[in-house]
Amino acid sequence: MLYVLIVALPLLGAVIAGVFGRRIGANGANLATCTSVIMSAVLAIIGFVENCIIGDGISYKVLLFTWIESGLFEAGWQIRIDPLTSIMLLTVTSISALVHVYSIGYMAHDPHKPRFMSYLSLFTFSMLILVTSDNLLQLFFGWEGVGLCSYLLIGFWFQRPSANAAAIKAFIVNRVGDFGFALGIMAIFLVFGSVDFDTVFSLAGGVAGKSFVFLGVELDVLTTITCLLFLGAMGKSAQLGLHTWLPDAMEGPTPVSALIHAATMVTAGVFMVVRFSPLFEYSPVTLTIITVIGASTAIFAATIALVQNDIKRVIAYSTCSQLGYMFFAVGVSAYSAAIFHLFTHAFFKALLFLGAGAVIHALNDEQDMRRMGGLSKKLPTVCTVMWIGSLALAGVPFFAGFYSKDIIIEAAYAAGTVPGSFAFWAGILAALLTAFYSWRLLFMTFHGSSRVETASLASIHEPSLSIRVPLLILAVGAIFSGYLAYGMLVSVDHSFWGASIFLLPTNKDILEAAHHVPFWVKAAPTIVALLGILLAWYFYIFRPNTPQKLVKSHSELYQFLLNKWYIDELYDLIFVRSSRLLGYIFWRGVDLRLIDGFGPDGIAKSVIRLASRASKLQSGYLYHYAFAMLIGIAAFSTWYFYRYGE
Amino acid sequence: MLDGWPLLSLIIFLPLVGAAFIVLIRGEESIVSRNARNVALWTALINFVLTLVLWLEFDNSTSQFQFVEKMPWIDTSIGYHVGVDGISMLFVVLTGFLTPICILSSWNSITHRVKEYMLAFLVMETLMMGVFCSLDFVLFYLFFEGGLIPMFLIIGVWGGVRRTYATFKFFLYTLLGSVLLLLALLAMYLEVGTTDVPTLISHNFDSGMQKWLWLAFLASFAVKLPMWPFHTWLPDAHVEAPTAGSVILAAVLLKMGGYGFLRFSIPMLPDATEYFTPLMFGLGAAAIIYTSLVALVQEDMKKLIAYSSVAHMGFVTIGIFTLTPQGIEGGIFQMISHGLISAALFLCVGVLYDRMHTREIARYGGLVNRMPKYAFVFMVFTLANVGLPGTTGFVGEILVLVGVFQVNTWVAALATTGIVLSAAYALWLYRRVVFGSLRHEDLRQILDLNRREVVIFAPIVAAVILFGIYPSPLLDVMHVSVANLIDNYELATAHITSAQIVSQN
Repeated sequence: MLYVLIVALPLLGAVIAGVFGRRIGANGANLATCTSVIMSAVLAIIGFVENCIIGDGISYKVLLFTWIESGLFEAGWQIRIDPLTSIMLLTVTSISALVHVYSIGYMAHDPHKPRFMSYLSLFTFSMLILVTSDNLLQLFFGWEGVGLCSYLLIGFWFQRPSANAAAIKAFIVNRVGDFGFALGIMAIFLVFGSVDFDTVFSLAGGVAGKSFVFLGVELDVLTTITCLLFLGAMGKSAQLGLHTWLPDAMEGPTPVSALIHAATMVTAGVFMVVRFSPLFEYSPVTLTIITVIGASTAIFAATIALVQNDIKRVIAYSTCSQLGYMFFAVGVSAYSAAIFHLFTHAFFKALLFLGAGAVIHALNDEQDMRRMGGLSKKLPTVCTVMWIGSLALAGVPFFAGFYSKDIIIEAAYAAGTVPGSFAFWAGILAALLTAFYSWRLLFMTFHGSSRVETASLASIHEPSLSIRVPLLILAVGAIFSGYLAYGMLVSVDHSFWGASIFLLPTNKDILEAAHHVPFWVKAAPTIVALLGILLAWYFYIFRPNTPQKLVKSHSELYQFLLNKWYIDELYDLIFVRSSRLLGYIFWRGVDLRLIDGFGPDGIAKSVIRLASRASKLQSGYLYHYAFAMLIGIAAFSTWYFYRYGE
Repeated sequence: MLDGWPLLSLIIFLPLVGAAFIVLIRGEESIVSRNARNVALWTALINFVLTLVLWLEFDNSTSQFQFVEKMPWIDTSIGYHVGVDGISMLFVVLTGFLTPICILSSWNSITHRVKEYMLAFLVMETLMMGVFCSLDFVLFYLFFEGGLIPMFLIIGVWGGVRRTYATFKFFLYTLLGSVLLLLALLAMYLEVGTTDVPTLISHNFDSGMQKWLWLAFLASFAVKLPMWPFHTWLPDAHVEAPTAGSVILAAVLLKMGGYGFLRFSIPMLPDATEYFTPLMFGLGAAAIIYTSLVALVQEDMKKLIAYSSVAHMGFVTIGIFTLTPQGIEGGIFQMISHGLISAALFLCVGVLYDRMHTREIARYGGLVNRMPKYAFVFMVFTLANVGLPGTTGFVGEILVLVGVFQVNTWVAALATTGIVLSAAYALWLYRRVVFGSLRHEDLRQILDLNRREVVIFAPIVAAVILFGIYPSPLLDVMHVSVANLIDNYELATAHITSAQIVSQN
């Protein structure tokens, strides 16, 4: 019951705000959605304490009703609670509650506020369905549900063409991932005869190493399935290749970026892979692919973040990069480390986004950091929390990211494999870049000389209470969540997770090994982080003209990075243009020319030609026709009686 | 409670009674129109209630035909034989549900020859009901082909500018199919000596003959469905048809093709079905990809939705010919679901056409500023068309895909690209029409949905979401009949293969 309420309350809030929004007004909608999500968060905390801290993290289920049943294919609406779900519930509801409260202040002047709050709550509901699902189909429901809300919220300001384009792009790129996910679901049903988690997981060991024919090729069953599922995860979590939608998604209001495109939805891919650890564990090939893609994304996104000027885009690429960390953690079987980083990242990344939002708000929707600077005096609270968030992100000792990022990098080293060490070095390099772009952001925004237009300079003031309170709470989370959860989430014996994360005996010791890596491995992330900060200081405070010089001397590299490796342009050419061209060819060429030309139109034309000849036979006298008809009937009946008579 | 009532005959012929009343209406033009509308609406509503009674009384636990009525008609070999099973019952309800909606949607948009229009719609309903209830091939053929005439008139009389071209194209295509269907019907009659459907199903046609018969059926059903490459009549017919005509065409008439495969091709000609299945998969997959791409570049809203219909019917084709429970049930569900969704989408276009008299996408944009209710309704159906989980569109698609993956992974993979492409064309359409700012001056005064339109859309929105979250009431109806269909098919095809093995030895 408790858990049903946790999931259902946000839906209730969304419906109230959505349906009665015009009647109860903005305040009513705020009240309805915030109350329901806060209650849901409180219940989630109670549930977490009850089940995972006092209790021993058992897993149980609440069946609501059957959804789809056809032959052996069966999927129900069912809530599944285990430690993995509990930690996700905790993260999602608490961040969502804070973002809801923040939105009261941030969206105060928007005419469509009830709609916004309704979408936000609907998103929370979908995300909760996703993390509590007990079968693949329900997971897919949540998966598409969060995608829908993301689409609606990115395009929230529907009058902006760029927002509409970004919304569609997000949906379609995610659908490309879903293409894989959906095929994965089908393959799982084919192989296991069920889409129910427990059934699939319990049979996974028996299927390991078997092969089946997919697309005419004989392939390993679990490798194929996990690769297909991972394609879905790549879409949702914006991994290299399917990452293009995430930066554009920043067109949405900033609370959306914080909740959906940083803290929760984009981590759904990581969650999904961890949930399917019983399948991924049996497929070293897929794990290797995940490691390589995750590590590449971590570096790739960080390089782009170095040069972006839009404050939100920097944080967006940073999110992309951090998701890469989570994936290569999964790839070396350090699932719990991935979830640990997901958990701490939710706090400090939401903090960074909401802080950036406060800056944007104060500057009347200015997002370009080239027109900021020196804001620390005007916005001391915001500046402080952004510093805290960046310290946590960079992994400076004793802030949240220090614990979670280090354990991932150590695990990659400890894996002792080639992809593992690639991930290790990628992680170290990305950590350097992370620290650099984070402080670049801080320095360009809050320090140095002010580049703010003088007109708006006077009106800058600290944000309202509903914005400041969530920022402060998240700042506390960004400082302490790593330290507090470290012992619990990444303990060597995995006692917290119970059966919710599956590890092969050979991979069981990955965390143990991660704790015993050489000292230089442990120290390296911190050292490069400090180095990155120092470098940023040199570039942007000590010698503020260095970046321009570098841009001049390496303009090609700069353009390459600024234009995001030209991947958008490439995709536009390969996919968008070519499918439109094909569409035209099929329509104009094949449908109208070929099929109609030889089909109905062609026949019609030849009939006309024939008819004009035949018209000479037409006399116009009725009896001529009657006579012809009689002959025809006679001929037909003669034939009929000869053929079948008696 | 209805024992002894000829419920199906009532459902089939009640609209005809209503039509007779309309014929009798005399008097001033405006009064005639008003009365004709009212009679038509009430007849259709009562008939819908009857179909609901049918659903309520329907026994889900048997694959036998229910509510059977049988009497000799021409000789003893051709009879008036009607009945429904789990495959056909839902189509009857769908038809009953949509006819009142069609009549209501034409309330103000049809202004000339109202009496004849309502007459045509009621006759149409009788014929559609007849198609799904007939258990005699001749009876079926009469209803099946008879449906052409009112549709021909609806497009030809109340249609758009190029209506003549469209009607003739429609007629030409369908005629080709029906001629061959008639030949097949004659051949079967000569072979078996009756046109009773259950008897024909239990008859074993030899496999050479099966192939010819099967192809003759295909000609007719493929045009109706329509399958690629026999689909080019559909966009033209839709574009020229009045709104309600498009609704009935997309929602019910197309389904006759799919229903035909399930009622005739598969159970009567199992060996040929097995033989031609790869062809059907190929055409289905081609339809999904090809027509989705074509939909992407359309400039006319109705054409876009028409092409999208062809793509969705591709899913139906593939699903049916998997001969798996998931595939067939998914195919039937997809037909019902598409019946609701495409109907609603055409109604959405109709709402705009009534106001602005154009269907050109570029003439719209930013409607959400003036029409928030409309934007919501259109969004729901766009998402349902895209197959978002939680709508009926998803249930049908995923079942079909799960079914086909068991049979052929290539077809499954190709069909799954449909979920990407459908998102592309549907959201792109929505964006161009609804989002953005109001650029066109004449849209500044456009009005949101009125009460009548809300009444039209509300039940469809409810059905699409309700059965998307809880589809069991629909799926439960199908289970036993579909299982029976598959069992018989497997029995028949296995019988042939074992016979072949014997003869080879």
